[in-house]
Amino acid sequence: MTVLAVAEHRRGELREESLELLTVGRQLADALDSELHAAVVSGDVDQYAEDLNREGVDAIHTVDHGEEFNHDVYTQTIEQLVGAADATMVLTPNSVNGLDWAPALAQRLDWPLVTDAVDMDVSDGLTVTRELYGGKVEGAVEVDSDHAVLTVRGGEWPAAGGTGSATVEPFEPDIDEAAIGSTVTGFQEVGAGDVDITESDVLVAVGRGIEEEENLDIIEELADAMGATVAASRPIVDNGWLPKDRQVGQSGKNVSPDVYLAIGISGAVQHVAGMNGSETIIAVNDDPSAPIFDVADYGIVDDLFEVVPELTEQFSG
Amino acid sequence: MKILVTVSESVDVDDDFEVSEMAIDERYLTYDLNEWDDYAIEEAVQIGEEIDDVEVVTVTIGPERTEEVIRQALAKGADRAVRVWDDALEEASVLDPATKARLVAAVAREEEPDLVLTGVQSGDYSFGATGVALAAEMDYEWAAVVNNLDLDAEAGVASVHRELEGGVEELSDVELPAVLTIQTGINDPRYASLRGIRQAQSKPLDVKTLGDVGVDADDLRLSLSLSSLYEPETEGEATLLEGGPDETAGELAELLRERGVDA
Repeated sequence: MTVLAVAEHRRGELREESLELLTVGRQLADALDSELHAAVVSGDVDQYAEDLNREGVDAIHTVDHGEEFNHDVYTQTIEQLVGAADATMVLTPNSVNGLDWAPALAQRLDWPLVTDAVDMDVSDGLTVTRELYGGKVEGAVEVDSDHAVLTVRGGEWPAAGGTGSATVEPFEPDIDEAAIGSTVTGFQEVGAGDVDITESDVLVAVGRGIEEEENLDIIEELADAMGATVAASRPIVDNGWLPKDRQVGQSGKNVSPDVYLAIGISGAVQHVAGMNGSETIIAVNDDPSAPIFDVADYGIVDDLFEVVPELTEQFSG
Repeated sequence: MKILVTVSESVDVDDDFEVSEMAIDERYLTYDLNEWDDYAIEEAVQIGEEIDDVEVVTVTIGPERTEEVIRQALAKGADRAVRVWDDALEEASVLDPATKARLVAAVAREEEPDLVLTGVQSGDYSFGATGVALAAEMDYEWAAVVNNLDLDAEAGVASVHRELEGGVEELSDVELPAVLTIQTGINDPRYASLRGIRQAQSKPLDVKTLGDVGVDADDLRLSLSLSSLYEPETEGEATLLEGGPDETAGELAELLRERGVDA
């Protein structure tokens, strides 16, 4: 039996989460008395295989077909590889692309799917820990099967290290080209605006708690007084109140300033992923259970509309 | 053309709440239209405003309570609605993406839509998987996490942007029929007009049981169940500043100056 970890890459780079899969994959394989195999589909697979050859990996399947991710190719390939490698578990990152093919694979195999795993246990059947209700609670989900497709949250397991002695085995799937109904025509970067928030030492980031567009004035005033740059969480950008290049988080920019002052930001995991490398994190939020306080060094649990003008005052003396 | 839009509730949990017997008590919960679905409805309604002969049908897997958000979707411009529920589903602790996909697919097979729009995820379990599972179940093409959609109905192609991580978008052409999972920010969802709200009351809302959509309750194969539910331990050790706004702001200003902040 095999645990199969399917790596992810984009535009010539293996993504870090792929190496984290190998760590959780090895743990699962040990508990299930299985081998750990990695698979990489499309692109420079030989280079990727070299990168994936870490301690604990028994075999690496390379599939030299096309350059970039295509969900039809991935789904067809991995369905066949599951059979060839006698896999009982398939792991892949809980990423935008992971969620673009893993559910289709699970459906085709008729295996249960659990997405966004933050922990797992197989001592008495498979149990997967995941967050619910926007991270306010965590739950253990029991899987009533010996088989499963699992997408794994990034940053929850360390990347596998060392140099492995995996065998590298090219795998040639039988791809039904007629069934491929989507074509990637290109990539586009979110345009750089007048300000690069990744270059700023001090960021004042604003979130949903600001309530109305006109209330952004008090944030601008504070940032001006502090000599800081204004950044934002997703809802502010979705509403069109600030341009996309100000967005911090998984789908926006990754920032690591000296000071990150989060105002009215709840701290969803997608936001935190883009700012938890900041030197000092300070949060102002009236909800004491907001997850932002889990990553903050300092916090003020109070109404931002009271605190922000006071703070501006402190810097405009 | 016909567009099917999945509509579900979001569940907001109060700031203070308790977990008992593997559930959060109803009194701490507020239900509203799932944010992602709001954008999916808007996208469908806009397509209907741009091209002729578009019917927008919503489908919901949910109890009678969900009719409130279904009426919201109708008020925003959907033409009619289908709701599927059954006592057999009430007992499930986790309604997994595969089961939801199977039930939506049962409705979709009758409706034969050219395009299915779903939200990227729901606000409670946030599996983020039902749309793609539905596509596989229907043998439709698909694209996940779409934040830009340009539909060429005549050619039968949807040109989409998929929002990847790190500010990168993938541009793809997707053949219809297809399922697209819609990301927030793709459009500017409208508020229902008073006229829309009035009209919604008389739009058709069909309620179906499992039997009505041809699914045997004994054959549901619910493979996931919840075995525990708890408030996560806070990992952080944030130092909370105490006092009134003037005191906390003063203390914070001092902290910031120590870290080199000064205009």
